[in-house]
Amino acid sequence: MKNKICCFNVDNGYLEGLVRGFKAVILKRVDYINLAQCETLEDLKLHLQSTDYGNFLANENEDLTVSRIDDKMKEKLFTEFRCLRSHSVQPLSTFLDYITYSYMIDNVILLITGAVHQQPVSELLPRCHPLGNFEQMGAVSIAQNSTELYNAIMVDTPLAQFFQDSLSEMNLDEMNAEILRNKLYKSYLESFHKFCKENGGTTKEIVCPILEFEADRRAFIITVNSFETDLSQDERSQLYPTCGKLNPEELRMLASAEDHEHVKAVADHHSDYKLIFEGSGDSSSDRTLEGRFFEYEVKLNTLAFLNQFHFGLFYAYIKLKEQEIRNIVWIAECIAQRQRSKIDNYIPIF
Amino acid sequence: LFLHFGTMNGHAILYTGVTVAFWSTLLIVGICYTIFDLGFRFDVAWFLTETSPFMWANLGIGLAISLSVVGAAWGIYITGSSIIGGGVKAPRIKTKNLVSIIFCEAVAIYGIIMAIVISNMAEVSYSMFGAGLTVGFSNLFCGICVGIVGSGAALADAQNASLFVKILIVEIFGSAIGLFGVIVAILQTSKVKMGD
Repeated sequence: MKNKICCFNVDNGYLEGLVRGFKAVILKRVDYINLAQCETLEDLKLHLQSTDYGNFLANENEDLTVSRIDDKMKEKLFTEFRCLRSHSVQPLSTFLDYITYSYMIDNVILLITGAVHQQPVSELLPRCHPLGNFEQMGAVSIAQNSTELYNAIMVDTPLAQFFQDSLSEMNLDEMNAEILRNKLYKSYLESFHKFCKENGGTTKEIVCPILEFEADRRAFIITVNSFETDLSQDERSQLYPTCGKLNPEELRMLASAEDHEHVKAVADHHSDYKLIFEGSGDSSSDRTLEGRFFEYEVKLNTLAFLNQFHFGLFYAYIKLKEQEIRNIVWIAECIAQRQRSKIDNYIPIF
Repeated sequence: LFLHFGTMNGHAILYTGVTVAFWSTLLIVGICYTIFDLGFRFDVAWFLTETSPFMWANLGIGLAISLSVVGAAWGIYITGSSIIGGGVKAPRIKTKNLVSIIFCEAVAIYGIIMAIVISNMAEVSYSMFGAGLTVGFSNLFCGICVGIVGSGAALADAQNASLFVKILIVEIFGSAIGLFGVIVAILQTSKVKMGD
């Protein structure tokens, strides 16, 4: 009821205006051209001061490193997100929580793989994404297998609902951590998709296609990445999220794919995926497959801002800010390592 | 319907329960009246002729002002929350967008004018109810319309200052529909004369 156009603004009008304000200051092409012309990281910091980022690096006295810039940008995104989350009421607050779950999953897997490599927790915690922080994070590295992880730690967190298919007695080494990540993510995506569908209206029209693309993209990436490993076909098909546009027949074909050509053949069934895969096989294109997926995601997300009175704005804003952070980090890395040939490989957003 | 109870939350169960109860009561009472040959008791003509025209007239006045105020309030909160949200990052929009709020307020003023006009008439008539209904509902929807467009105008202005004037034209057209209601209501009450 509350999501009809007439009643949307009761709970969410202020936040929608706020998010549109945040979106208006996302860096444009002109800003990226200016940033790409910087010679040093200090130059970059100077240029960023004239954008909405302002003086966020002002307190950095030591040598500026790319990872410091990355951390500070993520902190700024986290501050903005926290402002949105604290002002929101149901059902927007559930929607915003769903957005954070993907970062929580990444953080959990980061901590587990760090524990496998015997890295101390205090080193790992600063590397976690601030959007995915939850209270029991420090204890994650103690668990030996996923059932223990669930019973001891995860059952009190919001991620508990995603653990249904992934409980097993196998020890958590690096390979199994990746399998666990993909299983959790599959559960999370399907749950999020169902939530948006139940919400209905414009939210469903805007967010569900983005989530479906995410599901299909994960299916493709898992397939392509598992060519070198000894992941069996059954295991592979268990990792594919089912809420995407690829129907079960195509998912089965993907599961039995042996090389890039098979994957391309499956993608050809959908015109938009065909375009993504076209030209990604040859090395002359300036974007990798991952880059092309990011490009398509950016395009879908910018469409969310053409409609008013829905929740897709919030999701799209977070994803576009993430892309902006990736772009700036890419430019900063190229500058720091003095490899300016590929500096224009960022993905412009607006 | 019963199969869906498991998936519904508390509010939905309440609403469906009340709706089902209401309609089944009406149905059962209607069937009973028909079966027992008591249909004559459901007498619309008696109701209409026995109730005093004063009740209808005052209902009309009440509806005129109250529905107009509901429309104006609805429009103002829709626009106001968007102006506040957009004004955080673009403070320049705050003053200009008060024009949208004024358009919504005008809707309430139409309602109060009509209520005063109707209540000041010497002769009481049934058409006052009609006039009140006309102006009330047209102002209700006009207020909602201006509110939604005003919200869009505020957010577009925050992004690009040149868009505000263009969207204001849409708002003016939306505001005109409230005026139509006032005109028709004046016409309805101008011919007030009780029958012989």
